[in-house]
Amino acid sequence: MGHVRKYLPHLVLALGAIPMLLPFYWMFLTSIRSPSEIFDVSLWPIPRQFDAVQNYSRAASQVPMLRFMLNGVIVCGGILIVQVLTAVPAAYALAKLRFPARRLMMTLIIAALCVPMQALALPLFVGLAKANLLNTYFAMMAPFFLSVFAIFLFHQSFRSYPEEVIEAARMDGFSEMEICWRLVLRGSLPSLAAFAVFSLVAHWNDLYWPMIVVTDTNLAPPPLGMLFFADVESGANYGALMAGAAIITAPMVICFLFARRHFIAGITMTGVK
Amino acid sequence: MQPQSLELQGIEKSFGADNVLKSIDLAIRPGEFLSLVGMSGCGKSTLLRIIAGLETPDRGTVSIGNRQVTDVDPSERNLAMVFQSYALYPHMTVRENIATPLRMRRLSFTARLPLIGRMIASADTLRDIATSVEEAAETLQIGHLLDRKPAQLSGGQRQRVALARALVRQPAAFLMDEPLSNLDAKLRAHMREELTGLHRRLGATFIYVTHDQIEAMTMSDRIALMSEGGIEQLGTPDELYQRPASLTVARFIGTPTINLLPVEIGMSGRISAFGQEFGLEAAAQAAGPATLGIRAEDLRPAADGLAVRVLRSETYGADRFVTCALVQDQSVRVVMRQHAGESLPSEADGLLRLGFAEQRAHLFGADGRRCDVSARARVAA
Repeated sequence: MGHVRKYLPHLVLALGAIPMLLPFYWMFLTSIRSPSEIFDVSLWPIPRQFDAVQNYSRAASQVPMLRFMLNGVIVCGGILIVQVLTAVPAAYALAKLRFPARRLMMTLIIAALCVPMQALALPLFVGLAKANLLNTYFAMMAPFFLSVFAIFLFHQSFRSYPEEVIEAARMDGFSEMEICWRLVLRGSLPSLAAFAVFSLVAHWNDLYWPMIVVTDTNLAPPPLGMLFFADVESGANYGALMAGAAIITAPMVICFLFARRHFIAGITMTGVK
Repeated sequence: MQPQSLELQGIEKSFGADNVLKSIDLAIRPGEFLSLVGMSGCGKSTLLRIIAGLETPDRGTVSIGNRQVTDVDPSERNLAMVFQSYALYPHMTVRENIATPLRMRRLSFTARLPLIGRMIASADTLRDIATSVEEAAETLQIGHLLDRKPAQLSGGQRQRVALARALVRQPAAFLMDEPLSNLDAKLRAHMREELTGLHRRLGATFIYVTHDQIEAMTMSDRIALMSEGGIEQLGTPDELYQRPASLTVARFIGTPTINLLPVEIGMSGRISAFGQEFGLEAAAQAAGPATLGIRAEDLRPAADGLAVRVLRSETYGADRFVTCALVQDQSVRVVMRQHAGESLPSEADGLLRLGFAEQRAHLFGADGRRCDVSARARVAA
């Protein structure tokens, strides 16, 4: 009885994990199979003909995969840095300072959370086009510089930072910016890790926006690059396509595994003192 | 650093419609241990925060020494504050916590930056800071805890670290906001003693906020008893106990709580309760209902006193507290304090007559202020 109680949740979670992981497993399987096996429904991990080397080398050589990855790093890194630089002071002010219209601002932020990216795509595109900024890194990054989600997440986490420590810091001579970055953010590192994972994953995998503002292959981040790749091949070589997909997924998986502990602490601790 | 005087003039503060402080004037002498005491919500913490500069008064001025600091930043006032929750920096070690006030004052912004700061800061200054930290830690006997993080310390140890962080900067005055209220009773009594010891040793000005009248009575040179945003009475612990200026003060100070009798002041100034006269006389213009306050230790069994029924008697080693209800009005309870050795001359059904020394009674008029009272020459029966 006790054993059932102990292992039942794990069993349920494991069952839930299967449909989540299956596409990744399929991707990986396809990337090491030969073209003749691609449409097999078998999930057996060992292919009859091991074509991994061909598929991966093809994915790496046919398109500038490294270039795509570098573009991805520049865009994601740029977005993340500006998001943190702007969201942390904003969240600190909203969580810990008293000023008029604070509640209104908070309401606006929650309202802004509900606006989907797609609704803003057209005006942003027109604006960037008029400013002659299409086909630049800036065009890919700019719409995401101010993240209301980041403000909201940091606000929730900063709110629980003890007021008296901030007051002690004011008496010791910390400036508000030093309090914000050196004390309050320092106490919310798990939230920072959680947000970094959210942001990096979202923008690394984003196809929608880069497809709108970038037509130059040299600027394409990985998913858009993959799309070009698929077009070039007209969808014939699934093995190589999946090998490419596996290559661009890997950095995110590695990034998550590194930040995993902080990430989980970051999304569970909000509100806990 | 010489101990500094502090002066508050006409301090007013409202939060919205809530009038928290109503024109406070208070002069604190250099080197004095002054307690701000009162019920929660009386404005004592707000007043302390105004002195600290964490709150801005709507009106009035704050001066430290001879310098007006009303609009000066908290860090420029050279005050140290010990918070109720100790407010240690959670990610720093004890050593870094204590060093922080000095680093913030003596090092430039760049020299305070992590990593590169160490290369910029002058070695002499860093050595000075390290020495001061060691000394402060020594004073509070926390030298062995310097490399721990606050989370690894007990409540009492955190308290000491907070004190060390306060005294390392040699402030013009120490501000303490209920620093002992998170400690258990035994440790609290011990820290009370240490705080008074520290005050004597440093000779610094202490302003101490508490809701605990025992802390205020045992530690302070003077007490400012606050109520509803004003100072009810300012005086030594003895003055507050012996000559409470109002009913509020009388009720707040002293354990057990002072006994209060509803009395009537006659046209001639004679004071009576339930038709029974005492040998007491007030000014005739005070005529009307009033309250007579008598401390538990001033009540004595007396043949011509008020009739009471004994409800219970509790012995605390040397003392005994006898709780009684008035025979004329059961809702009025009084507590008499006597030596445990004394016997209680009680009549068969628990009835007792209690009297008191006239000069030890406190009379409060209908407005709650203290009234003069004199013992009336006894007329021979």
